[in-house]
Amino acid sequence: MPIRVDIVTQEKLLFSEPEADMVLVPGVEGLMGVLPHHAPLLTTLAHGELIVRKGGAEESFIVYGGVVEVRPDQVLVLADTAESTYEVDLEKAREARENAERVMREGVPPDKSTVFVQELRRATLQEDVLRKIKSRGAAVRIRIPDEDKNGKK
Amino acid sequence: MPSVREIKRRIRSVKNIQQITMALEAVSASKVRRATAQALSARAYADLAIRVMGHITQASPPNTPLHPLLARRENVGTVTVALITSDRGLSGAYNTNVFRVARRFAERIGKPVRWVAVGRKGRDLLVRSREKVVAEFTELPAWWSIDRVRPIARLLNEEFMNGYSDEVYVAYTEFINTLTQQPRVQPVLPIVPEQEADLIHLDYMKIRREEAKNLGDYIFEPSAAAILEEIVPKFNENIVFELLLESAASEHSARMVAMRNASENAKALSSDLQLSYNKARQAAITAEILDIVGGVEAMRGVKPQSQPKAEPVKLESN
Repeated sequence: MPIRVDIVTQEKLLFSEPEADMVLVPGVEGLMGVLPHHAPLLTTLAHGELIVRKGGAEESFIVYGGVVEVRPDQVLVLADTAESTYEVDLEKAREARENAERVMREGVPPDKSTVFVQELRRATLQEDVLRKIKSRGAAVRIRIPDEDKNGKK
Repeated sequence: MPSVREIKRRIRSVKNIQQITMALEAVSASKVRRATAQALSARAYADLAIRVMGHITQASPPNTPLHPLLARRENVGTVTVALITSDRGLSGAYNTNVFRVARRFAERIGKPVRWVAVGRKGRDLLVRSREKVVAEFTELPAWWSIDRVRPIARLLNEEFMNGYSDEVYVAYTEFINTLTQQPRVQPVLPIVPEQEADLIHLDYMKIRREEAKNLGDYIFEPSAAAILEEIVPKFNENIVFELLLESAASEHSARMVAMRNASENAKALSSDLQLSYNKARQAAITAEILDIVGGVEAMRGVKPQSQPKAEPVKLESN
Protein backbone atom coordinates (compact mmCIF):
# COMPACT_ATOMS: atom_id res chain seq x y z
CA MET A 1 0.00 0.00 0.00
CA PRO A 2 1.43 3.39 -0.93
CA ILE A 3 1.28 6.45 1.30
CA ARG A 4 -0.17 9.75 0.29
CA VAL A 5 2.10 12.69 1.12
CA ASP A 6 1.04 16.34 1.26
CA ILE A 7 3.40 19.13 2.25
CA VAL A 8 1.82 22.52 2.83
CA THR A 9 3.24 25.78 4.07
CA GLN A 10 1.19 28.68 5.30
CA GLU A 11 1.30 30.20 1.87
CA LYS A 12 0.73 27.26 -0.43
CA LEU A 13 0.61 23.56 -1.14
CA LEU A 14 4.25 22.76 -1.78
CA PHE A 15 4.16 19.12 -2.76
CA SER A 16 1.67 16.33 -3.14
CA GLU A 17 2.39 12.71 -4.02
CA PRO A 18 -0.41 10.16 -3.84
CA GLU A 19 1.78 7.08 -4.08
CA ALA A 20 4.97 7.35 -2.04
CA ASP A 21 6.74 4.34 -0.51
CA MET A 22 8.41 5.98 2.43
CA VAL A 23 8.77 9.35 4.12
CA LEU A 24 11.68 10.44 6.31
CA VAL A 25 10.43 13.08 8.72
CA PRO A 26 12.59 15.25 11.00
CA GLY A 27 10.43 15.03 14.15
CA VAL A 28 11.39 16.84 17.33
CA GLU A 29 12.08 13.48 18.93
CA GLY A 30 14.38 12.44 16.13
CA LEU A 31 14.36 11.42 12.50
CA MET A 32 11.43 9.13 11.70
CA GLY A 33 11.08 6.79 8.78
CA VAL A 34 7.40 6.41 7.99
CA LEU A 35 6.27 3.34 6.07
CA PRO A 36 2.74 2.34 5.15
CA HIS A 37 0.54 1.11 8.02
CA HIS A 38 2.24 3.34 10.51
CA ALA A 39 0.26 3.90 13.71
CA PRO A 40 -1.61 7.23 13.82
CA LEU A 41 0.79 9.82 15.13
CA LEU A 42 1.02 13.57 15.56
CA THR A 43 4.34 15.24 16.17
CA THR A 44 5.98 18.61 15.89
CA LEU A 45 8.75 19.08 13.36
CA ALA A 46 12.33 20.06 13.98
CA HIS A 47 14.35 22.02 11.44
CA GLY A 48 15.77 19.51 9.01
CA GLU A 49 15.54 17.57 5.81
CA LEU A 50 12.39 15.75 4.84
CA ILE A 51 12.66 13.05 2.17
CA VAL A 52 9.91 11.38 0.18
CA ARG A 53 10.86 8.09 -1.51
CA LYS A 54 9.04 6.46 -4.36
CA GLY A 55 10.55 3.55 -6.25
CA GLY A 56 14.18 4.43 -6.82
CA ALA A 57 13.44 8.14 -6.87
CA GLU A 58 13.30 10.65 -4.07
CA GLU A 59 12.33 14.22 -3.39
CA SER A 60 14.03 16.32 -0.75
CA PHE A 61 12.76 19.31 1.22
CA ILE A 62 14.09 21.49 3.98
CA VAL A 63 11.45 22.21 6.62
CA TYR A 64 11.71 24.78 9.37
CA GLY A 65 9.37 23.62 12.10
CA GLY A 66 5.70 22.75 11.97
CA VAL A 67 3.52 19.75 12.63
CA VAL A 68 3.15 16.42 10.90
CA GLU A 69 0.25 14.03 11.05
CA VAL A 70 0.87 10.40 10.21
CA ARG A 71 -1.92 7.98 9.39
CA PRO A 72 -1.70 4.43 8.09
CA ASP A 73 -2.06 5.61 4.50
CA GLN A 74 -1.20 9.27 4.70
CA VAL A 75 1.36 11.82 5.84
CA LEU A 76 0.31 15.46 6.22
CA VAL A 77 3.09 17.96 6.74
CA LEU A 78 2.11 21.40 7.99
CA ALA A 79 5.37 23.27 7.76
CA ASP A 80 5.91 26.77 9.09
CA THR A 81 8.26 27.32 6.21
CA ALA A 82 9.61 24.79 3.77
CA GLU A 83 11.48 24.79 0.53
CA SER A 84 12.51 22.34 -2.09
CA THR A 85 16.15 21.45 -1.53
CA TYR A 86 16.80 21.74 -5.24
CA GLU A 87 15.97 25.42 -5.12
CA VAL A 88 18.64 26.12 -2.52
CA ASP A 89 21.99 27.36 -3.74
CA LEU A 90 25.06 26.20 -1.81
CA GLU A 91 27.03 29.32 -2.60
CA LYS A 92 24.23 31.60 -1.46
CA ALA A 93 23.77 29.60 1.71
CA ARG A 94 27.47 29.85 2.51
CA GLU A 95 27.46 33.59 1.87
CA ALA A 96 24.41 34.03 4.09
CA ARG A 97 26.02 31.99 6.85
CA GLU A 98 29.30 33.88 6.68
CA ASN A 99 27.49 37.16 6.65
CA ALA A 100 25.39 36.22 9.68
CA GLU A 101 28.46 34.98 11.53
CA ARG A 102 30.35 38.16 10.80
CA VAL A 103 27.50 40.37 11.95
CA MET A 104 27.15 38.36 15.16
CA ARG A 105 30.88 38.55 15.86
CA GLU A 106 30.79 42.29 15.42
CA GLY A 107 27.86 42.52 17.79
CA VAL A 108 24.23 42.99 16.86
CA PRO A 109 21.72 45.32 18.46
CA PRO A 110 19.66 43.12 20.82
CA ASP A 111 16.39 43.78 18.98
CA LYS A 112 17.88 42.38 15.78
CA SER A 113 19.69 39.41 17.27
CA THR A 114 16.86 36.89 16.75
CA VAL A 115 16.80 37.76 13.06
CA PHE A 116 20.45 36.88 12.68
CA VAL A 117 20.25 33.79 14.85
CA GLN A 118 17.46 32.55 12.57
CA GLU A 119 19.39 33.49 9.48
CA LEU A 120 22.42 31.62 10.77
CA ARG A 121 20.42 28.53 11.65
CA ARG A 122 18.73 28.52 8.30
CA ALA A 123 21.88 28.95 6.27
CA THR A 124 23.78 26.34 8.29
CA LEU A 125 20.99 23.84 7.82
CA GLN A 126 20.85 24.52 4.09
CA GLU A 127 24.58 23.91 3.79
CA ASP A 128 24.41 20.72 5.85
CA VAL A 129 21.57 19.28 3.83
CA LEU A 130 23.18 20.08 0.49
CA ARG A 131 26.48 18.52 1.60
CA LYS A 132 24.67 15.43 2.83
CA ILE A 133 22.92 15.04 -0.51
CA LYS A 134 26.21 15.45 -2.33
CA SER A 135 27.93 12.80 -0.24
CA ARG A 136 25.16 10.23 -0.60
CA GLY A 137 24.95 10.89 -4.33
CA ALA A 138 22.00 12.69 -5.82
CA ALA A 139 19.13 10.31 -6.52
CA VAL A 140 16.64 10.62 -9.34
CA ARG A 141 13.88 13.08 -8.49
CA ILE A 142 10.24 12.03 -8.37
CA ARG A 143 9.14 15.23 -10.01
CA ILE A 144 10.72 16.68 -13.06
CA PRO A 145 10.49 20.37 -12.23
CA ASP A 146 8.03 22.06 -14.55
CA GLU A 147 9.38 25.48 -15.34
CA ASP A 148 7.38 28.55 -14.43
CA LYS A 149 4.02 26.88 -14.31
CA ASN A 150 2.23 29.77 -12.66
CA GLY A 151 4.51 32.47 -13.97
CA LYS A 152 6.60 32.36 -10.81
CA LYS A 153 9.67 34.55 -10.74
CA MET B 1 -22.98 78.43 -24.82
CA PRO B 2 -19.26 77.84 -24.18
CA SER B 3 -16.85 78.74 -26.92
CA VAL B 4 -15.49 76.19 -29.37
CA ARG B 5 -12.05 76.35 -27.89
CA GLU B 6 -13.46 75.85 -24.39
CA ILE B 7 -15.24 72.65 -25.44
CA LYS B 8 -12.19 71.39 -27.24
CA ARG B 9 -10.17 71.72 -24.06
CA ARG B 10 -12.74 69.82 -22.05
CA ILE B 11 -12.81 67.01 -24.59
CA ARG B 12 -9.05 66.67 -24.29
CA SER B 13 -9.14 66.52 -20.50
CA VAL B 14 -11.97 63.95 -20.46
CA LYS B 15 -10.04 61.77 -22.88
CA ASN B 16 -6.96 62.00 -20.70
CA ILE B 17 -8.95 60.84 -17.69
CA GLN B 18 -10.40 58.02 -19.72
CA GLN B 19 -6.92 56.82 -20.59
CA ILE B 20 -5.95 56.76 -16.93
CA THR B 21 -9.08 54.93 -15.81
CA MET B 22 -8.67 52.37 -18.56
CA ALA B 23 -5.09 51.71 -17.52
CA LEU B 24 -6.11 51.38 -13.87
CA GLU B 25 -8.84 48.97 -14.86
CA ALA B 26 -6.38 46.73 -16.67
CA VAL B 27 -3.94 46.82 -13.76
CA SER B 28 -6.66 45.93 -11.27
CA ALA B 29 -7.89 43.07 -13.44
CA SER B 30 -4.50 41.39 -13.34
CA LYS B 31 -4.23 42.01 -9.59
CA VAL B 32 -7.57 40.33 -9.01
CA ARG B 33 -6.33 37.20 -10.74
CA ARG B 34 -3.16 37.10 -8.71
CA ALA B 35 -4.90 37.74 -5.40
CA THR B 36 -7.50 35.03 -5.92
CA ALA B 37 -4.85 32.51 -6.91
CA GLN B 38 -2.89 33.37 -3.78
CA ALA B 39 -5.97 33.03 -1.57
CA LEU B 40 -6.71 29.65 -3.05
CA SER B 41 -3.23 28.26 -2.42
CA ALA B 42 -3.17 29.58 1.15
CA ARG B 43 -6.30 27.60 1.82
CA ALA B 44 -4.44 24.28 1.75
CA TYR B 45 -2.85 24.95 5.12
CA ALA B 46 -6.11 25.84 6.81
CA ASP B 47 -7.73 22.71 5.38
CA LEU B 48 -5.14 20.41 6.84
CA ALA B 49 -4.77 22.35 10.09
CA ILE B 50 -8.48 21.95 10.73
CA ARG B 51 -8.18 18.21 10.30
CA VAL B 52 -5.29 18.00 12.71
CA MET B 53 -7.06 20.13 15.30
CA GLY B 54 -10.16 18.06 14.87
CA HIS B 55 -8.21 14.88 15.57
CA ILE B 56 -6.71 16.29 18.71
CA THR B 57 -10.08 17.46 19.93
CA GLN B 58 -11.54 14.03 19.37
CA ALA B 59 -8.63 12.26 20.99
CA SER B 60 -8.95 14.27 24.18
CA PRO B 61 -11.69 13.90 26.77
CA PRO B 62 -14.56 16.32 26.14
CA ASN B 63 -14.60 19.74 27.84
CA THR B 64 -10.91 19.76 28.62
CA PRO B 65 -9.21 23.11 28.17
CA LEU B 66 -6.95 22.30 25.24
CA HIS B 67 -5.49 25.65 24.36
CA PRO B 68 -6.30 29.14 25.60
CA LEU B 69 -7.08 30.27 22.06
CA LEU B 70 -9.70 27.56 21.80
CA ALA B 71 -11.43 28.43 25.07
CA ARG B 72 -14.76 30.14 24.79
CA ARG B 73 -15.49 32.69 27.52
CA GLU B 74 -18.75 32.79 29.41
CA ASN B 75 -19.23 36.51 29.97
CA VAL B 76 -18.17 38.52 26.99
CA GLY B 77 -17.28 42.06 28.06
CA THR B 78 -15.29 43.81 25.40
CA VAL B 79 -14.73 42.66 21.84
CA THR B 80 -12.05 43.52 19.31
CA VAL B 81 -12.95 44.09 15.69
CA ALA B 82 -10.29 44.33 13.00
CA LEU B 83 -11.52 46.33 10.02
CA ILE B 84 -9.84 45.43 6.75
CA THR B 85 -9.90 48.24 4.21
CA SER B 86 -7.53 49.57 1.59
CA ASP B 87 -4.91 52.28 1.78
CA ARG B 88 -6.01 53.86 -1.45
CA GLY B 89 -9.35 55.04 -2.70
CA LEU B 90 -10.74 54.98 -6.24
CA SER B 91 -12.34 51.66 -5.45
CA GLY B 92 -16.00 52.53 -5.51
CA ALA B 93 -17.92 51.73 -2.35
CA TYR B 94 -15.48 49.03 -1.23
CA ASN B 95 -14.26 50.79 1.92
CA THR B 96 -17.51 52.40 2.97
CA ASN B 97 -19.42 49.14 2.54
CA VAL B 98 -17.24 47.09 4.84
CA PHE B 99 -17.10 49.97 7.31
CA ARG B 100 -20.87 50.20 7.39
CA VAL B 101 -21.28 46.47 7.95
CA ALA B 102 -18.71 46.53 10.74
CA ARG B 103 -20.40 49.50 12.44
CA ARG B 104 -23.78 47.86 12.23
CA PHE B 105 -22.32 44.70 13.72
CA ALA B 106 -20.80 46.69 16.60
CA GLU B 107 -24.13 48.35 17.30
CA ARG B 108 -25.94 45.04 17.25
CA ILE B 109 -23.76 43.27 19.78
CA GLY B 110 -23.95 46.36 21.99
CA LYS B 111 -20.60 45.81 23.70
CA PRO B 112 -17.63 48.11 23.94
CA VAL B 113 -15.51 47.61 20.84
CA ARG B 114 -11.76 47.95 20.47
CA TRP B 115 -11.08 48.63 16.82
CA VAL B 116 -8.01 47.54 14.92
CA ALA B 117 -7.70 49.41 11.64
CA VAL B 118 -6.03 47.61 8.76
CA GLY B 119 -5.74 50.07 5.87
CA ARG B 120 -5.67 53.84 5.95
CA LYS B 121 -9.19 54.38 4.63
CA GLY B 122 -10.71 52.37 7.46
CA ARG B 123 -8.57 54.17 10.00
CA ASP B 124 -9.81 57.52 8.70
CA LEU B 125 -13.43 56.43 8.76
CA LEU B 126 -13.13 55.10 12.32
CA VAL B 127 -11.35 58.17 13.62
CA ARG B 128 -13.88 60.45 11.98
CA SER B 129 -16.74 58.64 13.70
CA ARG B 130 -14.87 58.84 17.03
CA GLU B 131 -14.46 55.10 17.54
CA LYS B 132 -11.82 53.69 19.83
CA VAL B 133 -8.94 52.58 17.61
CA VAL B 134 -6.37 50.58 19.58
CA ALA B 135 -4.03 49.79 16.71
CA GLU B 136 -3.60 50.61 13.08
CA PHE B 137 -1.78 48.98 10.21
CA THR B 138 -1.31 51.26 7.25
CA GLU B 139 1.00 51.35 4.27
CA LEU B 140 -0.09 47.86 3.44
CA PRO B 141 2.04 45.80 1.08
CA ALA B 142 0.96 45.42 -2.53
CA TRP B 143 1.14 41.66 -2.02
CA TRP B 144 0.46 39.95 1.25
CA SER B 145 3.00 37.44 2.41
CA ILE B 146 2.72 35.50 5.64
CA ASP B 147 5.55 37.58 7.11
CA ARG B 148 3.48 40.72 6.73
CA VAL B 149 0.42 39.04 8.23
CA ARG B 150 2.14 37.78 11.39
CA PRO B 151 2.24 41.12 13.23
CA ILE B 152 -1.49 41.58 12.67
CA ALA B 153 -2.36 38.05 13.78
CA ARG B 154 -0.08 38.40 16.79
CA LEU B 155 -1.76 41.61 17.83
CA LEU B 156 -5.19 39.99 17.64
CA ASN B 157 -3.87 37.08 19.70
CA GLU B 158 -2.61 39.46 22.35
CA GLU B 159 -5.92 41.28 22.47
CA PHE B 160 -7.53 37.98 23.33
CA MET B 161 -4.84 36.40 25.49
CA ASN B 162 -4.17 39.48 27.61
CA GLY B 163 -7.85 39.77 28.35
CA TYR B 164 -8.38 43.12 26.66
CA SER B 165 -11.27 41.50 24.89
CA ASP B 166 -13.16 38.24 25.06
CA GLU B 167 -13.90 37.80 21.39
CA VAL B 168 -12.08 38.89 18.28
CA TYR B 169 -13.75 39.53 14.93
CA VAL B 170 -12.48 40.51 11.53
CA ALA B 171 -14.60 42.66 9.23
CA TYR B 172 -13.52 41.84 5.70
CA THR B 173 -14.96 41.71 2.20
CA GLU B 174 -15.73 38.31 0.83
CA PHE B 175 -14.83 37.86 -2.80
CA ILE B 176 -17.70 36.14 -4.59
CA ASN B 177 -16.85 37.15 -8.14
CA THR B 178 -15.56 40.14 -10.01
CA LEU B 179 -18.90 41.90 -9.87
CA THR B 180 -20.00 40.84 -6.41
CA GLN B 181 -18.24 41.29 -3.11
CA GLN B 182 -19.91 40.81 0.22
CA PRO B 183 -18.70 42.61 3.35
CA ARG B 184 -18.79 40.24 6.33
CA VAL B 185 -17.80 40.03 9.97
CA GLN B 186 -16.01 36.82 10.81
CA PRO B 187 -15.40 35.59 14.37
CA VAL B 188 -11.71 34.70 14.65
CA LEU B 189 -11.02 34.11 18.33
CA PRO B 190 -11.66 31.95 20.21
CA ILE B 191 -11.11 29.37 17.50
CA VAL B 192 -13.97 26.97 17.03
CA PRO B 193 -12.68 24.30 14.64
CA GLU B 194 -16.13 23.27 13.48
CA GLN B 195 -17.13 26.80 12.66
CA GLU B 196 -13.88 27.42 10.80
CA ALA B 197 -14.51 24.32 8.75
CA ASP B 198 -17.76 25.93 7.82
CA LEU B 199 -15.98 29.08 6.80
CA ILE B 200 -13.80 27.36 4.29
CA HIS B 201 -16.65 25.27 3.01
CA LEU B 202 -15.48 21.87 4.13
CA ASP B 203 -17.19 18.80 5.39
CA TYR B 204 -13.98 17.38 6.75
CA MET B 205 -15.15 17.53 10.32
CA LYS B 206 -18.11 15.29 9.68
CA ILE B 207 -16.26 12.79 7.54
CA ARG B 208 -13.25 12.74 9.80
CA ARG B 209 -15.27 12.08 12.91
CA GLU B 210 -16.49 8.83 11.41
CA GLU B 211 -12.98 7.85 10.36
CA ALA B 212 -11.40 8.73 13.66
CA LYS B 213 -13.56 6.20 15.43
CA ASN B 214 -12.05 3.43 13.38
CA LEU B 215 -8.50 4.65 13.70
CA GLY B 216 -8.01 4.27 17.41
CA ASP B 217 -5.68 6.38 19.47
CA TYR B 218 -3.11 8.77 18.20
CA ILE B 219 0.44 8.87 19.44
CA PHE B 220 1.44 12.42 20.35
CA GLU B 221 5.07 13.43 20.28
CA PRO B 222 6.00 15.11 22.53
CA SER B 223 2.41 15.76 23.71
CA ALA B 224 -0.96 16.88 22.44
CA ALA B 225 -0.53 20.18 24.25
CA ALA B 226 2.83 20.84 22.56
CA ILE B 227 1.33 20.15 19.16
CA LEU B 228 -1.59 22.47 19.77
CA GLU B 229 0.81 25.09 21.07
CA GLU B 230 2.53 24.87 17.71
CA ILE B 231 -0.42 24.67 15.40
CA VAL B 232 -3.13 26.85 16.93
CA PRO B 233 -1.36 30.22 16.60
CA LYS B 234 -0.25 29.21 13.10
CA PHE B 235 -3.80 28.35 12.19
CA ASN B 236 -4.95 31.72 13.45
CA GLU B 237 -2.31 33.45 11.32
CA ASN B 238 -3.49 31.48 8.38
CA ILE B 239 -7.12 32.50 8.85
CA VAL B 240 -6.17 36.17 9.09
CA PHE B 241 -3.96 35.70 6.04
CA GLU B 242 -6.85 34.27 4.10
CA LEU B 243 -9.25 37.05 5.10
CA LEU B 244 -6.68 39.64 4.05
CA LEU B 245 -6.17 37.97 0.70
CA GLU B 246 -9.88 37.71 0.17
CA SER B 247 -10.25 41.41 0.95
CA ALA B 248 -7.41 42.24 -1.42
CA ALA B 249 -9.13 40.35 -4.22
CA SER B 250 -12.35 42.22 -3.45
CA GLU B 251 -10.57 45.55 -3.32
CA HIS B 252 -8.98 45.07 -6.72
CA SER B 253 -12.16 43.89 -8.35
CA ALA B 254 -14.13 46.77 -6.78
CA ARG B 255 -11.54 49.12 -8.20
CA MET B 256 -11.70 47.40 -11.53
CA VAL B 257 -15.47 47.83 -11.73
CA ALA B 258 -15.29 51.43 -10.52
CA MET B 259 -12.69 52.20 -13.16
CA ARG B 260 -14.70 50.51 -15.86
CA ASN B 261 -17.69 52.67 -14.94
CA ALA B 262 -15.49 55.73 -14.95
CA SER B 263 -14.14 54.83 -18.39
CA GLU B 264 -17.65 54.38 -19.71
CA ASN B 265 -18.79 57.66 -18.22
CA ALA B 266 -15.81 59.38 -19.73
CA LYS B 267 -16.66 57.88 -23.08
CA ALA B 268 -20.27 59.08 -22.88
CA LEU B 269 -19.16 62.49 -21.70
CA SER B 270 -16.63 62.89 -24.44
CA SER B 271 -19.16 61.93 -27.12
CA ASP B 272 -21.64 64.42 -25.64
CA LEU B 273 -18.97 67.05 -25.66
CA GLN B 274 -18.01 66.16 -29.20
CA LEU B 275 -21.62 66.72 -30.21
CA SER B 276 -21.79 70.11 -28.58
CA TYR B 277 -18.42 70.90 -30.08
CA ASN B 278 -19.77 70.13 -33.53
CA LYS B 279 -22.87 72.15 -32.85
CA ALA B 280 -20.89 75.08 -31.56
CA ARG B 281 -18.57 74.92 -34.54
CA GLN B 282 -21.50 74.73 -36.92
CA ALA B 283 -23.19 77.60 -35.14
CA ALA B 284 -20.06 79.67 -35.40
CA ILE B 285 -19.77 79.01 -39.12
CA THR B 286 -23.42 79.77 -39.66
CA ALA B 287 -23.09 82.96 -37.70
CA GLU B 288 -20.10 83.98 -39.80
CA ILE B 289 -21.88 83.26 -43.04
CA LEU B 290 -24.90 85.16 -41.80
CA ASP B 291 -22.64 88.03 -40.94
CA ILE B 292 -21.13 88.14 -44.42
CA VAL B 293 -24.43 87.66 -46.17
CA GLY B 294 -26.00 90.25 -43.92
CA GLY B 295 -23.17 92.65 -44.67
CA VAL B 296 -23.49 92.09 -48.39
CA GLU B 297 -27.28 92.51 -48.18
CA ALA B 298 -26.85 95.69 -46.22
CA MET B 299 -24.43 97.05 -48.76
CA ARG B 300 -26.65 96.06 -51.64
CA GLY B 301 -29.36 98.01 -49.96
CA VAL B 302 -27.06 100.99 -49.65
CA LYS B 303 -25.69 100.81 -53.22
CA PRO B 304 -28.40 102.64 -55.26
CA GLN B 305 -28.49 105.63 -52.91
CA SER B 306 -24.73 106.33 -52.76
CA GLN B 307 -22.27 106.72 -55.60
CA PRO B 308 -22.42 103.44 -57.52
CA LYS B 309 -19.01 103.86 -59.20
CA ALA B 310 -16.94 104.34 -56.12
CA GLU B 311 -18.29 101.24 -54.35
CA PRO B 312 -16.46 98.34 -56.15
CA VAL B 313 -13.13 100.04 -55.55
CA LYS B 314 -13.79 100.22 -51.86
CA LEU B 315 -14.69 96.50 -51.69
CA GLU B 316 -11.51 95.45 -53.43
CA SER B 317 -9.32 97.47 -51.17
CA ASN B 318 -10.85 95.57 -48.29
